[in-house]
Amino acid sequence: MPVNKKWMPKILAFCCNWCTYTGADLAGLNRMKYPADVRVLRVPCSSRVNPQFVLRAFQKGCDGVMVCGCHPGDCHYTSGNYYTRRRFMVLKEMLEFNGIEPERFQTRWISGSEAAKFRDTVAEVSELVTKLGPNTVFNERRAENV
Amino acid sequence: MSRTGVFVCHCGSNIAGALDVERVAAAAGKLPGVRYAASYKYMCSEQGQQLVKDAIAEHELDRIVIASCSPRMHENTFRKLLKDTPVNPYMLEIANIREQCAWVHADREQATEKAVDLVRMAVAKVAKNKPLHSSFIPVHKKALVIGAGIAGIQAALDIADAGYEVTLLEKESSIGGHMVMLDKTFPTLDCSACISTPKMSEVAAHPNITLMTGSTVESVGGYVGNFDVAIRQKARYVNHDICTGCGLCETKCPAKVTSEFNQALCTRTAVFRPFPQAVPAKPVIDPESCRKLIGKAKCGVCQAVCPLGAIDFEDKDKLITDTYGAIVVATGYELVDWAPLYPEYGGGKYSDVITGLQYERLVNASGPTEGKILRPSDKSVPKDVVIVKCVGSRDKKKGRAYCSRACCMYSAKHAHQILEKIPGARVTVFYMDVRTPGKNYEEFYDRAREDGARYVRGRVAKIFRENGKLICRGEDTLLGRGVEVPADMVILETAMTPAQDIRELCAKLTISTDEYGWVQEAHPKLRPVETQTAGVYLAGACQGPKDIPDTVAQAGAAAAKVCILFSKNEIEGSPMISAVDENKCCGCSACVRVCPYRAVMLEEIDSRELSGAVKRQVARVNAGLCQGCGACAASCRTGAIDLLGFTNAQILKEVDALCL
Repeated sequence: MPVNKKWMPKILAFCCNWCTYTGADLAGLNRMKYPADVRVLRVPCSSRVNPQFVLRAFQKGCDGVMVCGCHPGDCHYTSGNYYTRRRFMVLKEMLEFNGIEPERFQTRWISGSEAAKFRDTVAEVSELVTKLGPNTVFNERRAENV
Repeated sequence: MSRTGVFVCHCGSNIAGALDVERVAAAAGKLPGVRYAASYKYMCSEQGQQLVKDAIAEHELDRIVIASCSPRMHENTFRKLLKDTPVNPYMLEIANIREQCAWVHADREQATEKAVDLVRMAVAKVAKNKPLHSSFIPVHKKALVIGAGIAGIQAALDIADAGYEVTLLEKESSIGGHMVMLDKTFPTLDCSACISTPKMSEVAAHPNITLMTGSTVESVGGYVGNFDVAIRQKARYVNHDICTGCGLCETKCPAKVTSEFNQALCTRTAVFRPFPQAVPAKPVIDPESCRKLIGKAKCGVCQAVCPLGAIDFEDKDKLITDTYGAIVVATGYELVDWAPLYPEYGGGKYSDVITGLQYERLVNASGPTEGKILRPSDKSVPKDVVIVKCVGSRDKKKGRAYCSRACCMYSAKHAHQILEKIPGARVTVFYMDVRTPGKNYEEFYDRAREDGARYVRGRVAKIFRENGKLICRGEDTLLGRGVEVPADMVILETAMTPAQDIRELCAKLTISTDEYGWVQEAHPKLRPVETQTAGVYLAGACQGPKDIPDTVAQAGAAAAKVCILFSKNEIEGSPMISAVDENKCCGCSACVRVCPYRAVMLEEIDSRELSGAVKRQVARVNAGLCQGCGACAASCRTGAIDLLGFTNAQILKEVDALCL
């Protein structure tokens, strides 16, 4: 690989099957273009996302994590995204406390018809995370402990 | 070690044109556990599928990754294909390299790299997949229809005509709902009772329909195909097995209270049939107005006069339980209680300010005035009539932003009837907009105007009495000036609002309502008669304001959905549901609380601990109720409850694979 290659962040997006994943598919169908640094991980509902998954991603060196679901009130499973909202409000505070910049972790609501919103959100998060540079918080922490 | 096969699809040039599929396949071949990797022009084609089958046989593959279009597109295609192979259909993962890669990235190098990442994630996940098997749930082919207005009647008749048993539930003492209270129906001016009462008698006579009046839903348990429902049938105090409906008791009863059916325009007795064509055509005693039952007097006249001894003052509420495969909610609407909302319209102190439904009873031949339009205060014929639309609807300040939908049409009908029946009458209609989106609706509205109805665009701000007239003061917004119209009688076309106890019923059925209380459909466009709970369907105005044609159409649609469900002896449940490891479960019930379907319950088990045999609580998942959202799995403190197909282990492997 070329040494002078521009650094690209690694962003993981947990997307619920019914809204955001569908919205991402629609963005593809409409051939919308967005940065190639996001990887979508499909889950049935945003409430399936255990905060530990997010922690694991940051721990393993992920530069940004998104948890995306249906808009509040529109959850396919009635109430799942309300749990998501509460769980990740708490996690975000905890991440900040641990030195992870708040911009690196985003909870967003994107419906199945909001292809443009998916594209714009990915572009926005990608830009924010690129500006911050690589996530080294947990690596440094590990080094301190040695 | 797993034996994974990876198949990269070109999708013609859809994928191959945007990224290097060969490089993706080559990279996949080097991943741990991958025994075979190949690419092909169209994986979903007959030849592509054969390729998979051949590779499974040749390389003894035990799990498959397909890198292609979205799993929402072809996951089922490939699952079906695996059914003919030794590989379990759930040992499959799809890497979405078309919609979420090839189509959205312009840079070929970046797209290829991302595709490799996505394949690596899928390979890592599939290594943790376990074979899953569908469960089959038997279907109890008997339907419960809640509410016996025209929606419930139509749904019940359609299901019963298809050959299935139906229980039709009605909380009032007669079926018929609002439709039998109406005089004529727009736009054809059919007599409402003449077209609905034959359907009511058909219900009563249908061999497949069990009619339960005076009954409400007490509790609902179970799940699609197997709902256990407890029904409370209120005490009637009249033994309907003996009663012939002769009506003698009604003529002798001394207690008089306002008639609900006639909208308080006249009285009824305590032992009563709400209206002459009631079904069942037998009276009940209203315990709140019967002199004997409230204990005020000895009375018992009805008991004395009944030639058959059908009156039974000792009658008690009955609780009846049964199992139903499907439930149709058809609880209809109520009219908004306008008086407290509109002090500016007198708040109910002027008896000649009436609602549209009261007018329907006034103009009806079997109503309190035998069809003569006489105003309530002095029984005189009103010459000047003002009709006010959107009372309680389309007004956020009054709490309802929605349009009540049927009022534009029935106010045109009211205007037409008054002009036809009262020579020389003058009718003024205050409106905000006139909405006539229906077959022959606009023509009917034109006809009302041609008859002489005067339409004034604007709301009425105040109604007050002056010189024996009711003055309606408002603004004509088209002319931009205030108007005052003197009236002998004012008709308020009040908003439809959900039934008062609808939220309580919805909680029992685990379905949701919107901010107003209208029952939420599963999808506003594509699943309008289904709900979030499988096996529970909607018909009529409980879902939102509706006129009769739409209600009947929706009732037929709900009945068709029930019949589709009943056409199978058992339904296949998705195996991607939650499962509990009892050894890890500590019985904290966090999962029980987050489950939107009440699918998780605590159960006591015998357990061997170091201290000996003990009883402890563990979570159990009801496979019929679980919809596989995974909220419970994320709530579990010990990792005991997990979502099959999206287990903690699978997702963590995916995360790790991305972060390599």
